[in-house]
Amino acid sequence: MLKFIANRVAQTLAVLFVVGTITFFLVRLAPGSPFDQERNMSPDVRRNMEEYYGFDKPLLVQYYRYFSGIILRGDFGPSYKYTNRTVTELIAESLPISVELGLYGMAIAISIGVVAGVVASLRPNTVTDYVPMSLSMVGITLPTFVSGPVLLLVFGIYLRWFSVSGWSEAEDKVLPAITLGLYYAAYFARLSRGGMLEVMSQDYIRTARAKGASETRIVFRHALRGGLLPAISFFGPALAGIISGSFTVETIFQIPGLGRYFVTAASNRDYTMIMGTVVLFAALICVFNMLVDIVLAWLNPRLRLE
Amino acid sequence: MKRFRTLSRVPLLGLVLFALVLSGCGKRQTNVTKGNKDQVLHLGNGAEPSDLDPHTVSGVPEHVIIKALFEGLVMADPKDLKPEPGVAEKWEVSPDGKTYTFFLRDNALWSNGDPITSADFIRSYERILNPKMASPYATMLHVMVNAKEYNEGTLKEFSQVGVHALSDKKLQIQLRSPVAFFLGMLKHYSWFPVHTKTIDKHGKRYDKGNRWTRPENIVSNGPFVLKEWRTNEKIIVAKSEKYWDNNRVRLKEIHFYPIESEEAEELAFRAGQLHVTYGVPLSKVDGYRTTGSTLRLEPYYGTYFYRVNLDPKKNPNVALKDARVRRALSMALNRESLIKNVTRSVHTPAYSYVPPGPVGYLPKDKLKYDPEAARKLLVEAGFPGGKGVGKISIQTNVSDVHKPLAEAIQQMWKKELGIESEIVTQEWKVYMDAQRNLDYVLSRSAWIADYMDPNSFLEIFRTGNGNNSTGWSNAEYDKLIEESWAQNNAVARLESLKKAEALLLQEGPVIPIFFYVRDYLITSSVKGWSPNVLDDHPFKYVFLDEAAAADKLPVLGTTR
Amino acid sequence: MTVDSTLPAPAIVEVEPGHSLWQDAWARLRKNRLAVASGVLLLVMACACLIGPIFSQDYAEQNLSTYATPPSAEHWLGTDTAGRDLLSRILIGGRVSFSVGLCATAVALLIGVTYGTIAGFYGGRVDMVMMRIVDIIYAFPFTIFVILLMSLFGRNFLLLFAAIGAVEWLTMARIVRGQVLTLRRMEFIEAAIATGVPRRRIILRHLIPNVLGPIIVYTTLTIPAIMLLEAFLSFLGLGVPPPMASWGVLIDDGRKVMEEFWWLITFPGLALSLTLFALNFLGDGLRDALDPKASKD
Repeated sequence: MLKFIANRVAQTLAVLFVVGTITFFLVRLAPGSPFDQERNMSPDVRRNMEEYYGFDKPLLVQYYRYFSGIILRGDFGPSYKYTNRTVTELIAESLPISVELGLYGMAIAISIGVVAGVVASLRPNTVTDYVPMSLSMVGITLPTFVSGPVLLLVFGIYLRWFSVSGWSEAEDKVLPAITLGLYYAAYFARLSRGGMLEVMSQDYIRTARAKGASETRIVFRHALRGGLLPAISFFGPALAGIISGSFTVETIFQIPGLGRYFVTAASNRDYTMIMGTVVLFAALICVFNMLVDIVLAWLNPRLRLE
Repeated sequence: MKRFRTLSRVPLLGLVLFALVLSGCGKRQTNVTKGNKDQVLHLGNGAEPSDLDPHTVSGVPEHVIIKALFEGLVMADPKDLKPEPGVAEKWEVSPDGKTYTFFLRDNALWSNGDPITSADFIRSYERILNPKMASPYATMLHVMVNAKEYNEGTLKEFSQVGVHALSDKKLQIQLRSPVAFFLGMLKHYSWFPVHTKTIDKHGKRYDKGNRWTRPENIVSNGPFVLKEWRTNEKIIVAKSEKYWDNNRVRLKEIHFYPIESEEAEELAFRAGQLHVTYGVPLSKVDGYRTTGSTLRLEPYYGTYFYRVNLDPKKNPNVALKDARVRRALSMALNRESLIKNVTRSVHTPAYSYVPPGPVGYLPKDKLKYDPEAARKLLVEAGFPGGKGVGKISIQTNVSDVHKPLAEAIQQMWKKELGIESEIVTQEWKVYMDAQRNLDYVLSRSAWIADYMDPNSFLEIFRTGNGNNSTGWSNAEYDKLIEESWAQNNAVARLESLKKAEALLLQEGPVIPIFFYVRDYLITSSVKGWSPNVLDDHPFKYVFLDEAAAADKLPVLGTTR
Repeated sequence: MTVDSTLPAPAIVEVEPGHSLWQDAWARLRKNRLAVASGVLLLVMACACLIGPIFSQDYAEQNLSTYATPPSAEHWLGTDTAGRDLLSRILIGGRVSFSVGLCATAVALLIGVTYGTIAGFYGGRVDMVMMRIVDIIYAFPFTIFVILLMSLFGRNFLLLFAAIGAVEWLTMARIVRGQVLTLRRMEFIEAAIATGVPRRRIILRHLIPNVLGPIIVYTTLTIPAIMLLEAFLSFLGLGVPPPMASWGVLIDDGRKVMEEFWWLITFPGLALSLTLFALNFLGDGLRDALDPKASKD
């Protein structure tokens, strides 16, 4: 186990390094610079600015400086856009919020998705398959920038049940979590339906059935454990995706989370912030995948042997 | 199947319960009602400020907050924008209009209790002008003797710059020329003092990443002090106890919300979370207009226009090199229709480049809407019916009203002149980059004045100005602007500016489209908020009236 | 918004080489009424978008003074805030959205299948290196990448979606590689290699036809994801250049005025939703149909 983890950590570091390097050069290829503003600076001012941030140095020197800063001091540098804050601070402030939002969204997605998927799998190609599956799919057939405002208008403005923006009270958090959850529900529904269908056709289920076990017992005792494996393995990447991809929800509901940086850092050409978010995302993906693998191995003895 | 049906109900039931529980506690007071009681103003402020250091920032959201935190020598009366005392209780002007002496008030203090002295101003002006600072607004101070030279690094001795301490409380500023609008400039934050001792304590003096503007570090001199800063959530400022005029300040706190989406902001307003918004979606204007009180539309000192690239190397379009073609493009625009239909009558049609009115400035000629004459001009220029002009590309960035306006303009040019155009929407940074490098044919632009004078608009089209961005260069124009600077006579000065503008419109590197009107929503409980063309609302005069009548909100969707 | 790059491979579909596979699949698919209905709906939609704009009104013709008008006999679905006929804009927008989806998917398909096949066929070290590369690209946050691509390719929308396709191929490559890896060990392939059939021929004749099932399934699921991505880009203001429309652009315009002019969000929203529903159901139906295990029951 320890060896497995050490191995994965080494792999993760290598991935982070490669991803960081590619990003470093890619962002500098894109037209526009962090210093382009509404009002143009005079060429002198611009030159001073570039000098200050070391942009006048050859690219490789900048690269070396930047990476040695990260590796030696764990310093991702100051944000070029939000000049009195560092990338690390901005991420530290917003990540917990996005994680919280992501977990709520995920809880909703799983409760809708898994139930719909399992129910659907029991009688394929009948109404009890079609209806739950259709319901779970509502979220992926509408962009969140439509479903979000619709929920907002209905429950926030017309009914006044929940607040329309912010992230401090419980009532601030309901609508964004639902919006985000609906979007992911379909993925969980599809994966658990597929997984269940496969498991239900296996011999041990047939054996259980032949022995006269009740359908409830079969589903809960035998099928679910294997049938939900695909859904579980989706959990990792989905959580990473939900944290980075909640831009729309965060803008619509005014949530000071991390998701918005995945768009604004790029459009502000905030080079250091882009690097910070990219490396963080890569790390999340790697770590979540590793955790999922561990959980899967624990759930599925067959995998452990391999 | 029965058992599964109950199974599927569980989460649904849970959700409903969850909703009910929360809706029970959802009837709390809104920000607005609570704020009215406690004198806490909730303000939509557009975007997250990049910093609050007056020497590094350049955007409007930063400006709004800095005005609450800092104060300059001279401020402006919000009603008529006439100069009124700030840190300086009075001032004297020499007869040639070139030397100003400011008498700082004795009770002017920094928020940590230090007295504000002339030396504070000198150190601040040194900092903003220092080439290492690379301050975007340093050019505002170039009106001082030798300031430009020091800023550009050709002069090393700051003592030669025209700002001197005659005593601790007496500050003298020498100007290059008799600048008529100098006192008006002083209310811009580039002229505000900063506490250099604090700056030095939290980093290097000229560093952009200096942490002195964090709430735990900052020392300021305005009516409010920075209390809390939650990135992308809100910034809270609280009434300062050290401010010299704090008896007048009635607000206890102001909360600034960086809400970028106008739609989201309008919803927050409707839900009672904001007293004042930063803007209002155009589609909602008609609805709010019917209810009256909450919608504010105030003329604003700014112009929306299209730039024409006149750099022969960068713009290959031959036809646009002919001023007659450019004028034809301008004359073929039905601005009344654009304003009425696309901007829902929010802005006002622009028939000149400088918004007429303030400081008694009226343009010499006005542009006309005359498609017939425009077609004639095209014939004269050798492009009858638009033949040979080729496809003109219009560059715009992606948000706001730019897209529908460009679409409407595209259709007008096609219908009236037979000129085809394509709209190129660019991401903000790409758009800025292209405009700066003259990498466009036509580019949507805007200019908002920094101080109340036509000069603020006309200055930018001088040869070599960083904001010219058209490649247009005209020796006569440059001469006229230079003359206006030297003039001590107000009428003659405006005359030079008028001639310059006439020339600019004749030559047509700009196609004016509309003059801005600030559109925003405000609850009737906000008092002391005076409209003015610079959209300047000093918070020290603002207060909340709990007894104000509740606002009528429009029933949207039924108001056609 | 879309996070497909992080999606796992859909449940592995094992394809047994057999001549009756396609007939079987077709029979199973026909039993799935929802999938069939979806297929029909898609066909109707696609035809309407392809042929419709020829007969409908000019999608760019403005009538500024009318502003938005509700559905009427003259404009069946009403007009937008510039007075343009909404029906013709939905039809032309559908063309854009479909072609964007198809174009990007085609690129993803081409790269993904080639890449996956090569990795799976050669196996060993080649496979290891190729799959590590996939892992690395997986670890990129998609949104940032798309925005940067957008600023590079901003002026050419189709080129951009080709570029997006070039990112979307990852999952495809993983699926194909997994399939090929199993097939590679099967007797008929080993026999072909042993008898000296050229590798190119083996790949084209024997391998690819046998992984076609999962490829088709995944394709029907990639198209909706890309159509949603297009909508997301429109939300960021990075959609097709005006006055052209796409469903994403129409929906983005419509959501801003949803309280005032319900038809501007409802109809484009319905068009996109129905299409995405149909594509998803067809994809699920195809998966069920092409999964031979289901037939053992």
